[in-house]
Amino acid sequence: MRKYLLDLTVSSNEKLSGNYILMKLTSEEKLPEMLPGQFAEVRVDGSPSTFLRRPISIHYVDRNTNELWFLIQLVGDGTRKLADLKKGDLLNVMLPLGNSFSMPTAGQKELLLVGGGVGTAPMLMLGSVLKSLGCEPTFLLGARSKKDLLQLDKFEAYGNVFVTTEDATYGEKGFVTNHSILKQKKFDKIYTCGPTPMMKAVAAYASKNGIECEVSLENTMACGIGACLCCVTDTKEGHKCVCSDGPVFNIKDLKWQI
Amino acid sequence: MADLTTNIGKLVMKNPVMTASGTFGYGEEFSDFIDISKIGGIIVKGTTIKHREGNPYPRMAETPSGMLNAVGLQNKGVDYFIEHIYPRIKDTDTNILVNVSGSTVADYVATAEKIAALDHIPAIELNISCPNVKEGGMAFGTSCASAESVVSAVRKAYGKTLIVKLSPNVTNIAEIALAVEAAGADSVSLINTIMGMAINAEKRRPVLSTVTGGLSGACVKPIALRMVWQVAKAVKIPVVGLGGIMNATDAVEFLLAGASAIEIGTANFIDPTITIKVAEGINDYLERHGFKSVKDIIGQLETA
Repeated sequence: MRKYLLDLTVSSNEKLSGNYILMKLTSEEKLPEMLPGQFAEVRVDGSPSTFLRRPISIHYVDRNTNELWFLIQLVGDGTRKLADLKKGDLLNVMLPLGNSFSMPTAGQKELLLVGGGVGTAPMLMLGSVLKSLGCEPTFLLGARSKKDLLQLDKFEAYGNVFVTTEDATYGEKGFVTNHSILKQKKFDKIYTCGPTPMMKAVAAYASKNGIECEVSLENTMACGIGACLCCVTDTKEGHKCVCSDGPVFNIKDLKWQI
Repeated sequence: MADLTTNIGKLVMKNPVMTASGTFGYGEEFSDFIDISKIGGIIVKGTTIKHREGNPYPRMAETPSGMLNAVGLQNKGVDYFIEHIYPRIKDTDTNILVNVSGSTVADYVATAEKIAALDHIPAIELNISCPNVKEGGMAFGTSCASAESVVSAVRKAYGKTLIVKLSPNVTNIAEIALAVEAAGADSVSLINTIMGMAINAEKRRPVLSTVTGGLSGACVKPIALRMVWQVAKAVKIPVVGLGGIMNATDAVEFLLAGASAIEIGTANFIDPTITIKVAEGINDYLERHGFKSVKDIIGQLETA
């Protein structure tokens, strides 16, 4: 897939509950093709503390308004500077980068999309694409607390949404892998993105139940295009770049102890 | 348009911009963004006699105006390069150079011999300065005797242009450069990364799996410039300058300090089109100052 280096225009930059922003970007040109699970490398401003680009996953692409959505958790200097961008500001992005979630095979009807924290971001685009293919995805979203649950109404447009919070402020109490839906329903394929311990717990559940499972990893990156070999993960075929061989990996290819 | 051609030994380049090994993959990774044939030279990933998995993750830490890496020469080995990668890139209309690394003198020689047989690789860059491998690597580049021994051995086995990449992690880099020149190198390139480290205070842990790594990026430029200037004064062979070049002005500074060509490394991660921009910017500088050729500014720093 062809990659682009673009100056996109901020069309809105909204503070969400908790420590998150929803940034929408547009262009006079039609936005390039992008697949669920892919990401962008964003240039913040090149100041000493934001020297390298920041990888941000693609949350959603609205083809009607020609807008790219980023759901961003404010964690450091880079993301905080992104939060300061205003409508009309330009943001330099490299995209689309990485592989993507694979589409279900004909026999895979029941699809579970598990997101934790800001890791829910790519699940919206994935859900929208699956819905457009005629699937009825189920979302299982986990967060520390109600204020960390983002975009619930958006997810509800594409499938049933189940929620866990660690402090019981919304949905069922606990982690995503404690949710009762996992006992009630048999899934054929699981997609997940979120904190590594959560993804490992989801992968362990999938593995135990013989369910195909794809995880989206987020390692520290420099180039984003497989040139520097900094972001590697251990796979059964040796070190692979999360940025270019991933970020999506099938758990059967990883060397996770699950 | 000024004349941007420059020479490194027998190697003729259409402009003085090359890509630093390990920052540009095999060139193909950047071809969506630029016409890579417009770059003066592409130095591909460090290549060793055998496959290397490199160091465990985490291998990278962002630091103020720079980054540390501890990749550790991950590559699939010279035979894989020759069989699978070389056929894809050999017809690129620019100089493709291979960065050769090793753990023993015999490894360096064997790898250089295999690369010598490739018609479309006119030069190698001998990496005696990698700070991220346990054996060999930088150990060869930090003493005059060991640098001379490995360069002499490779010189006997390799007849095309031999560039030797020097380590900045030494007391007197000009002495090392002189030893390498005496051993028959056609050129020296400098600097490789500077050994550094990063600590996560909250976790009381090093950031990198290897504890230490190699520092690169804008923050190293003053050190690199100083070393290029010192080496260019000491040796007669052409010098290739690198270390923190982020734009055309930085590149011109290295040329003025005595570099006949420059390499762009970490900046490729931030702007995948930077090589082309720097080549154009050097031309703009030459035109603005009325120079006909890039050769008119090499080493023309006025210190009096």
